[in-house]
Amino acid sequence: MTKVKIYVTLRESVLDPQGFAVQGSLAKMGYNEVSDVRIGKYLEVTIGETTRDLDSLVKEMCEKLLANTVIEDYRYEVEEEN
Amino acid sequence: MKFAVLVFPGSNCDIDMYHAIKDELGEEVEYVWHDATDLSEFDGILVPGGFSYGDYLRCGAMANQSNVMAEVKKAAAEGKPVLGVCNGFQILTEAGLLPGALLRNKNLKFMCRTVQLKVENNDTLFTNQYEQGQIINIPIAHGEGNYYCDEETLANLKANNQIVFTYSGENPNGSLEDIAGIINERGNVLGMMPHPERAAHELLGSADGLALFKSIVKQWREQHV
Amino acid sequence: MSKLEPTAEQIKEQKLYADMGMSDEEFALAESILGRTPNWTETGLFSVMWSEHCSYKNSKPVLRKFPTKGPQVLQGPGEGAGIVDIGDEQAVVFKMESHNHPSAIEPYQGAATGVGGIIRDVFSMGARPIAMLNSLRFGELESERNKYLFEEVVAGIAGYGNCIGIPTVGGEIQFDPCYEGNPLVNAMCVGLIDHKDIQRGVAAGVGNTVMYVGAKTGRDGIHGATFSSEELSEESEEKRAAVQVGDPFMEKLLLEACLEVVKSDALVGIQDMGAAGLTSSSAEMASKAGTGVEMNLDLVPQRETGMTAYEMMLSESQERMLIVVKTGREDEIKAIFDKYGLDAVAIGRVTDDKMLRLLHNGEVVAEVPADALAEDAPVYHKPSKEPAYFAEFQAIENAEPEVTDYKETLTALLKAPTVASKEWVYDQYDYQVRTNTVVSPGSDAAVLRVRGTNKGLAMTTDCNSRYIYLDPETGGKIAVAEAARNIVASGAEPLAITDCLNFGNPEKPEIFWQLEKSADGISAACTALNAPVIGGNVSLYNERSGEAVYPTPTIGMVGLVKDLSHVTTQEVKQAGDVVFLIGETKTEFGGSELQKLVHGKIFGKAPSIDLEVEAKRQKAILSAIRSGLVQSAHDVSEGGVAVALVESTFSANDLGIYATLEGSAITALFSESQSRFIVTVKEENAGEFEDIIPDAKRIGVVTDDAKITINGDAGVLVEGTVEEFRSAWKGAIPCLVKSEA
Repeated sequence: MTKVKIYVTLRESVLDPQGFAVQGSLAKMGYNEVSDVRIGKYLEVTIGETTRDLDSLVKEMCEKLLANTVIEDYRYEVEEEN
Repeated sequence: MKFAVLVFPGSNCDIDMYHAIKDELGEEVEYVWHDATDLSEFDGILVPGGFSYGDYLRCGAMANQSNVMAEVKKAAAEGKPVLGVCNGFQILTEAGLLPGALLRNKNLKFMCRTVQLKVENNDTLFTNQYEQGQIINIPIAHGEGNYYCDEETLANLKANNQIVFTYSGENPNGSLEDIAGIINERGNVLGMMPHPERAAHELLGSADGLALFKSIVKQWREQHV
Repeated sequence: MSKLEPTAEQIKEQKLYADMGMSDEEFALAESILGRTPNWTETGLFSVMWSEHCSYKNSKPVLRKFPTKGPQVLQGPGEGAGIVDIGDEQAVVFKMESHNHPSAIEPYQGAATGVGGIIRDVFSMGARPIAMLNSLRFGELESERNKYLFEEVVAGIAGYGNCIGIPTVGGEIQFDPCYEGNPLVNAMCVGLIDHKDIQRGVAAGVGNTVMYVGAKTGRDGIHGATFSSEELSEESEEKRAAVQVGDPFMEKLLLEACLEVVKSDALVGIQDMGAAGLTSSSAEMASKAGTGVEMNLDLVPQRETGMTAYEMMLSESQERMLIVVKTGREDEIKAIFDKYGLDAVAIGRVTDDKMLRLLHNGEVVAEVPADALAEDAPVYHKPSKEPAYFAEFQAIENAEPEVTDYKETLTALLKAPTVASKEWVYDQYDYQVRTNTVVSPGSDAAVLRVRGTNKGLAMTTDCNSRYIYLDPETGGKIAVAEAARNIVASGAEPLAITDCLNFGNPEKPEIFWQLEKSADGISAACTALNAPVIGGNVSLYNERSGEAVYPTPTIGMVGLVKDLSHVTTQEVKQAGDVVFLIGETKTEFGGSELQKLVHGKIFGKAPSIDLEVEAKRQKAILSAIRSGLVQSAHDVSEGGVAVALVESTFSANDLGIYATLEGSAITALFSESQSRFIVTVKEENAGEFEDIIPDAKRIGVVTDDAKITINGDAGVLVEGTVEEFRSAWKGAIPCLVKSEA
């Protein structure tokens, strides 16, 4: 079993109103040192036995479904289990 | 003319689309479940609003993986009219049939209200029954209708006259250039956030959406006499 | 198994049942029913089924007061929802339910699952849900916590209702310090059904198969029903585990699948797994049919591993149903659920021994008479005592609050969150989906067309809890009468009501008195206005740190519009129309918006109401509307005539009102006397209108200048543009929550 941690975030160029709102709240609470907040998604995908190359498999899933590359970037970390 | 109204798990404006066509236009229409593998008997494809797959992961992302979407792409390639409204628009962008994407509304809230739209291009098979520049009242109901695309795509949209509807007056959701609806380059795939099928009867507040469906039928009749 | 459960002896000796909310007497009663000491699972079954939430043990004597019959009633209280005939072999199905305590702890999910639960109650009857309404109460919007609760509850209602695609078409919201820390979230669902499709929750036919359908069972919400039958305390926050998470997408699939299944004659009975989940659905279905049910819990679809029988039976995981199917036809039913990707598993059968018998890991883990759980909960006649405040309030003479600047006062009333525009709220609700909404939120009642006919359904929720606090009986009458006034003003005839009785701790005699008296008032008004009670729910223990909320018996009413041409809204239609005030205005400010504004508290007598006058007037107004004489109609409520007049210009295009009121200015403008309407009529029809309603008083005319002018005996009282009043009214709530409109 291999656990893959996938992070999907809005691309730099895309406005993130949710992150903007959170930053505003943090500022209201006195955390003025916060200069930017970006909100994204975190997915844990557990992959069983496969003959495929793991990187190409994960990339394919990200490109096809997990991220919309028009507006989102993704990156991932592979964590071996057992 | 025979329409298909696609139904994904979680679609909820399917019935509205169906009745607008059947009751107000008197055309033939059928519901088509998302696992269908043949749309050849239909002359026009309607992708309705709602929350396909709960809008989980990303609006429209999982619906785009359904069997029927391959058929929708085929129909679009054949030049058949394809209309996506609200969640349907989101699905069509996910499918790559229309450029750009829909982001969360700038105020982060779902909004339901009737807005004014400006018809920016009446020379399409979806808008030939409107006047150029006409202001129409059409309801919106969405949480993620904030249209976004990169600069190059925007320049193309403008150059090809692909921006069909814009919000007139207040921009409710933060859409780029007030964009409410766009068409593909070929001119047979329209996506829009506002709901023309909800503006199909004066009893419900507006009948301004009917002309859109009438446009589709008129064009089709002219080509199929 | 994760850990060892206590033995029957330990439960008894260490009084472990007390932690589940059972009293010593109740435990002894359970022992005598079984003839032995119940084990852990059985104790759980008894405790949850005998909680107030499931058994109504404290409120039953009160609920018996309600009139529940009428020629229009096809199904009264006792099933998932009540059913009323609307002709043409069609019926309307509706019910309202509270989700107060879960919403106090986790407002988004609490509200969302409240919506989900009430929707299931309606489609479990076989009806297609067509509309949602709600009734909400919060502390004042000045505090951050209250703003948070308000915003999240609204978001939760929107999140669930919008996703499942049922329009949220109406509701009401009041803000008052008494709801601080104990908000009320009442959700109502209205459905439409053909008579032939009506289902019941019965486990009939010995040998038939019991199937579990929908989402899998997890450990969420265990003892939710018990939790909601206790007072909120500081520890409540730690009970967060008892709050369930809603999945509207799953429910949408379950809804569509169930509506397909009810068309099948293989289906015998269907019931929602709501509060007390698998326990209440199985015990009640058996009890109603006079049968027993045996279930093998190993077969229950589970989301978590190692669940005990106790946990499975008490889980309140959402989006699940229990159905009974004719033997041999399980596969037909399963095929329908398969289409939607839903579990449909045979987990048991109907037996003839009237027992609820549970098997787990090859052993019988519980064996309890179904009737004992569903029917034989003890009924308590709580002591009742008139609270000291009541006599004090009754002794106070009616008087006008002091006001110097009428226009400033009117503006302040329009900004009061209870009166102010709720557009910020309903803008977040999809109120149009399914394209039947003829009158959208913001008028007196919402109206939906019944597709395929020329009929409509009007619906509203109402309850002024301030009046009820001051005088529960009178206030109870007013709550029903106001709901009916809203229905009538929309052009409909009241059909029936559902109610949500939100009160404090009934063990306090003063609270029980409030409950009893308001039920008397509600009953009297229901009888007078021919609107029986067809169902509802009771939510007691609405207290925070020992302080009860105002008694809040929310009324949800549905009325029939016989012809869509009768649909009437509150906004004025055309310059030159005559403005009428119908009903007597007295100096009545107890519990009024003005009293609260001026004194910062409420006291004195609630406005009086004569139900005979009310009923007669409503009939007359409806007959004038049906005769086509009425251009607009609006009931006079919070803030009095002044507020009602300006409100009726807010969505009209550039129209205004010029009116002259008689009598003392403060009373004429702001009194909250009952049984009053503002109606506009075309000049040429005014005479005929007066023939039908002889006590209608001409007070003014609709103008084309978008201005409001209200004169008194001694000259101008209020003068301003519609726009300035509208912006005060519209901007108040967005301003308080500091959000973009």
